[in-house]
Amino acid sequence: MATLKVPAHVPAPSEDAEQLHKAFEGWGTNEQLIIDILAHRNAAQRNSIRKAYHEAYGKELLKSLDEELSSDFERAVVLFTLDPAERDAYLANESIKRFTSSNWVLMEIACTRSSHELFNVRKAYHARYKKSLEEDVAHHTKGDHRKLLVPLVSAFRYEGEEVNMTLAKSEAKILRDKISDKHYSDEEVIRIVTTRSKAQLNATLNHYNTAFGNAINKDLKPDSDDEFLKLLRDAIKCLTVPEKYFEKVLRQAINKLGTDEWALTRVVTTRAEVDMVRIKEEYQRRNSVTLEKAIAGDTSGDYEKMLLALIGAGDV
Amino acid sequence: MAHPSEPEVLDQALSGIGVDEKLLVSILRKSHMRKGCSKFFCEDERQFERWNHTAIKSLKAEFKRFKDVVVLSLMHPWERDARLLKKALKKGPMQYNVIVEIACIRSSDELLGARKAYHSLFDRSIEEDLASHIQGSERKLLVALVSAYRYEGPKVKEDTARLEAKAVLNAIKNNDKRNAMEDDEVVRILTTRSKPHLKEVYEQYKKFSDKTITEDLEVELLLKETVECLCTPQTYFTRVFDAALRDDADEDAKKALTRLVATQESEEMKGVATKFEGKIKERVKGAYKDVLVGMLEK
Repeated sequence: MATLKVPAHVPAPSEDAEQLHKAFEGWGTNEQLIIDILAHRNAAQRNSIRKAYHEAYGKELLKSLDEELSSDFERAVVLFTLDPAERDAYLANESIKRFTSSNWVLMEIACTRSSHELFNVRKAYHARYKKSLEEDVAHHTKGDHRKLLVPLVSAFRYEGEEVNMTLAKSEAKILRDKISDKHYSDEEVIRIVTTRSKAQLNATLNHYNTAFGNAINKDLKPDSDDEFLKLLRDAIKCLTVPEKYFEKVLRQAINKLGTDEWALTRVVTTRAEVDMVRIKEEYQRRNSVTLEKAIAGDTSGDYEKMLLALIGAGDV
Repeated sequence: MAHPSEPEVLDQALSGIGVDEKLLVSILRKSHMRKGCSKFFCEDERQFERWNHTAIKSLKAEFKRFKDVVVLSLMHPWERDARLLKKALKKGPMQYNVIVEIACIRSSDELLGARKAYHSLFDRSIEEDLASHIQGSERKLLVALVSAYRYEGPKVKEDTARLEAKAVLNAIKNNDKRNAMEDDEVVRILTTRSKPHLKEVYEQYKKFSDKTITEDLEVELLLKETVECLCTPQTYFTRVFDAALRDDADEDAKKALTRLVATQESEEMKGVATKFEGKIKERVKGAYKDVLVGMLEK
């Protein structure tokens, strides 16, 4: 469930655009006004505002934001204002250009978005970068990482709830056999994780746990430094219990010396309209402190205000 | 003009592709047609002319052609492709070229549509079915081909294309050590790059080899067809039409004719088809011919 709070009466997009324009005018910038508007509009409303802004002022809202704001606050506002598909395409492209730790962003996008959403990301990627997402991912990865990531981003999983228990049993056995032989990047493992529907995968992993005594991620832990294994474990987590995955990312981002703003911003802006409620619950359960308190303690200024607004703190 | 004998008429109505219904109707009930028609009948020991079993089989196939082309063309293109893919998968390796054909010739959005329809029709994704049923070395290639959502703009980077042409050449040279179809780079290039880019790779390849990619891939049929469909679709269409309209064409080749004409509306395909117009009018019969000719003219 989303934590985004939208007022009962939403002003017309042209009014919002006008207010935003006012926020940019003059000496400084009225950051609070920006937060009051943009952090309280859903994706469709934000798209309308961008259109209205462009019609009224002949300029892209995002460009104005880029000029007027800076640093972590800017990134949070810009990322959130983007349409979800564009945002994911942007994040994917950004991580392709970065180094290996960014494989996580690609995996996250591929595994936690719905099939339909993932395809919209691929479309948005075409439009923005004049390339296909899979060709860039394939070109910039190699070996086991490529083997896992390309099928993950190319998947168009069936989204029904039907489950075939016989298949779940046989595939749990296949996974078990491969893991016992330490063939973690075996074609069969990749096949099952990257093509089966989430419901089917869930059934398979549940059966794995029942039949073999351990959750699969426990069995995938022998070498905790192995990057590929970590990625595989997280992919499985994202496909089955995404809120636990995101809780972990947030916890690590906040507990890190300083803060990992890159990760914090990404999770908050991408999940505020999706399942932030569950992520907050998970966070509180795991850390005995609310996410609001944790973020307030770790960040400051307008960046903090933006994040808190997005996770539903305070009034509309 | 001498009246053809009934056996000759029967032969005429049933040879070629499709069935000449009008001609057949004219000789029905004429029992003499069974005499001397050794292709269709054989003398049984109990004094009657028995239908030749293989003749019945091929007769059924010929009658079916009209129905198949009508049903195929009435279906929504997405459902059509989804069903064709499912059937090809079921039939096995001999039909995997159909998977290649659909995955490579359709536009990105048409392929996406087929994948959506597949969800609706079969409650599975095409990639999960392909991946779990195909065990051989072609699995990687085929799964990746149906999963592609290629960029469709014209932009092409010559340098990258040249590098990738070299990578393909390398894989082909090492084919006896490792099947080129399983080479990571070959799969990456063929299954993710845009078609304009691949056409450029095809051109660049000629700088490094005195043969084209497809000529060098004579041994790896599936890979060759992949390259053909992606880079030189006209060559592919020509080959399919030619194989289907020959005198000794087999059933799969003839089925390809139905499939191509019913599913392809591109100018490219029609351009190739016009070259075969004479052959089509000569070899194809009856209502089936009317459908084909009608579709090609639209």
